[in-house]
Amino acid sequence: MATTAVSVEKKNYINAEYGIRSWLFTTDHKRIALLYIISITAMFFIGGFFALLIRLELLTPAGDLLTADMYNKAFSMHGQIMVFFFLVPSIPATLGNFLIPMMVGAKDLAFPRINLLSWYIYIAAAALYLWCLASGGVDTGWTFYTPFSSQFSNTHVVEAALAIFIAGFSSILTGLNFVVTVHRMRAPGMTWSRLPLFVWSHYATSIIMLLGTPVIAITLVLVALERTLNLGIFDPTRGGDPVLFQHLFWFYSHPAVYIMILPSMAVISEIVPCFSRKRVFGYNFVAMSSIAIAAIGFLVWAHHMFVAGISVYAALVFSFLTFLVAVPSAIKVFNWTATMYKGSVSFSTPMLYAMGFIGLFTIGGLTGVFLGTLGVDVHVHDTYFVIAHFHYVMVGGAVLGFLGGMHFWWPKISGRMYPESWGRLAAIIVFIGFNLTFFPQFILGYVGMPRRYWDYSHMPEWQALNVLSTAGASILAVGYLLPMVYLLWSLRYGKPAPDNPWQATGLEWRTASPPPTFNFDEIPEVTWEAYEYEKMPLPEEVTLER
Amino acid sequence: MSDSHTIGEAPLAVEHADRPELRHHFADVEQQRNAATLGMWWFLGTEIMFFGGMFCAYLIYRRWYFPEFAAASRSLSLPIGTFNTTVLICSSLTVAMSVRAAQLGNRKMQVRMLLLTLVFGLAFLGIKTKEWSDKYREHHIPTFDYNVVGGEGDLIQENKHLLGIDKVENDPVKLRAREAEIQQHTKVFYSLYFALTGMHAIHMLIGVGLFGVVTWMAHKGRFTPEYHTPLEIAGLYWHFVDIVWIYLFPLLYLIDRKPIS
Repeated sequence: MATTAVSVEKKNYINAEYGIRSWLFTTDHKRIALLYIISITAMFFIGGFFALLIRLELLTPAGDLLTADMYNKAFSMHGQIMVFFFLVPSIPATLGNFLIPMMVGAKDLAFPRINLLSWYIYIAAAALYLWCLASGGVDTGWTFYTPFSSQFSNTHVVEAALAIFIAGFSSILTGLNFVVTVHRMRAPGMTWSRLPLFVWSHYATSIIMLLGTPVIAITLVLVALERTLNLGIFDPTRGGDPVLFQHLFWFYSHPAVYIMILPSMAVISEIVPCFSRKRVFGYNFVAMSSIAIAAIGFLVWAHHMFVAGISVYAALVFSFLTFLVAVPSAIKVFNWTATMYKGSVSFSTPMLYAMGFIGLFTIGGLTGVFLGTLGVDVHVHDTYFVIAHFHYVMVGGAVLGFLGGMHFWWPKISGRMYPESWGRLAAIIVFIGFNLTFFPQFILGYVGMPRRYWDYSHMPEWQALNVLSTAGASILAVGYLLPMVYLLWSLRYGKPAPDNPWQATGLEWRTASPPPTFNFDEIPEVTWEAYEYEKMPLPEEVTLER
Repeated sequence: MSDSHTIGEAPLAVEHADRPELRHHFADVEQQRNAATLGMWWFLGTEIMFFGGMFCAYLIYRRWYFPEFAAASRSLSLPIGTFNTTVLICSSLTVAMSVRAAQLGNRKMQVRMLLLTLVFGLAFLGIKTKEWSDKYREHHIPTFDYNVVGGEGDLIQENKHLLGIDKVENDPVKLRAREAEIQQHTKVFYSLYFALTGMHAIHMLIGVGLFGVVTWMAHKGRFTPEYHTPLEIAGLYWHFVDIVWIYLFPLLYLIDRKPIS
């Protein structure tokens, strides 16, 4: 292992035991988090490969690189892998798994064996999905809309649906573990109002996982049953209603957007106060806005269906509720900005990601309000405007949060510091690459380029923006690969990390880096509020810079 | 709550040597029990949402296709369904009694009640299988050669008024169109019937497996009046699966059982 560089070392969770069995049968939440990091990163690169195919195809107006069918499969599998096998588990299963027990002052999650089980379920699901991919893939789009998925598509819909069904259990079990841990495993003195906002946000995420995931599970099972056993539930030729499928699908899949973004907000809520050296502005509002997002997020799903033939009155209500869900998101953005205001802001790598997040999420969120407006939605529905909007939320939001969090807690996870200047460089490359990829897509969508088209030779004037987008995607790819390289490099060559390199508050920083198997040598007794930065010294690096 | 635990050095197994059932990361049995119970309640919440998707579909289609749903519902056997409901309610009673026996520390009674639960559970599944095979014979399973117009599983003759057949009987074109509609819409009912009862049966199977383990644990004397959490939370699951059936029975069997005029 990489930790052999320092010869006499305290036992920690990494060197507590050796051998492959000690990893595959571990019930330590920190080791399981590492297993998840490796697996979701692998899935991320597979999903990224399909993104690469999409961008290369769109480089020229003619459909020349891929066949139409291959293109359909490429965007379907890009979406399904990224959503169900990367974004949904991303932060919760890795950073959440690693940090939540430490943040509440527990030795482990409430159900360590169920935690391990959730990883095995994830692996089983991923294996089934990769098998589906290898045997020819699926072309339904990530949304599995019926009747195409249940009647017409002759690709491997059932396998893909079952893989996602199985992956759902892994996320249900993760959510279950978090909720019970937050309720029952808090250290003495760790009251609800002293919980870090990271925990609040994950609590809200877990509620969505628990109440949303089973609905998509049963929906995909019904699609699979329709294909295999001729049941008639969504198929109009058998008396079923395809719009019902859309309702059930979005009942999960809209809240799922909050499963992806809330954990990123969790990360940002930790990074911003730390690198502003200030208490978070309006703790209660940030905490409660997470819960509000989870609650209202369940009531907006039909804004994906404004042109699917739902009633005008229903559409009006869903449009209004969509505006409403923007309020708690806006509260968060205002509070993070207010936290930075007059703070001692330093631009370390995690902070660069956090600031990138705030800007990009604001754009993603506001364009979401455009899309929730009935008239605008009809105009830009199913265009690249939608694609750009949700990539601003999912990549500009969720992925930037993930990268920022990985850097922020890397010293804790690995016991090593990453190279700061490389980190900053990568953060800037990601930011530039991201905007170059997706901003042109807003314009493309606004001028009418539909999503899921593989050939736009009737509109050659769209090419310039598409070339920009593809160029941006290649820059973005560099931005993703760089952290991979230097984080792995730092495992061996990085400076050993002190216990609290950022002088951050939070219980996870009051134990060793990397932490011992049971997290704390002694269960802490909490007598302070979260984010008491006025009592913390400045971190060493920041002091040197000044 | 935990106060003076030293951890980190203490090996996993030795820490709570006096209480083998207490897992290392809990401070005391109380905390462990609370966690397990809360976990099961939340899990049952997810189960409600899981069945909720199908109940939602049921609600919509029942409103759209009420006559067809009522006619198809009449084809289910009321005596068998009622009997099976009774069997299931009895199984919940024996579960409750086994928990009571555990609280009183009566091991023999505990095991006996758990075995009875297993018998009731398996009996329910057996009777359900019989009902399904009847449906197969009547061509009411959407998967195999589905037909409700004429033949063994005919629904038209007995429900002419309900299905509005009497109004179109004299017009062969309209009659055929209506029959095709009935064929389609009853198929939705049976699709939901098999999806719902099938999912319920899968849950029953899991429950029987779970109670197999719990019975074995009870037989080994693992449960004491102070500690019988596995029995309790398995019981919660069993009761939940029962309650699902309590909803399924009226929704599927009792849509419209007025005497046929």
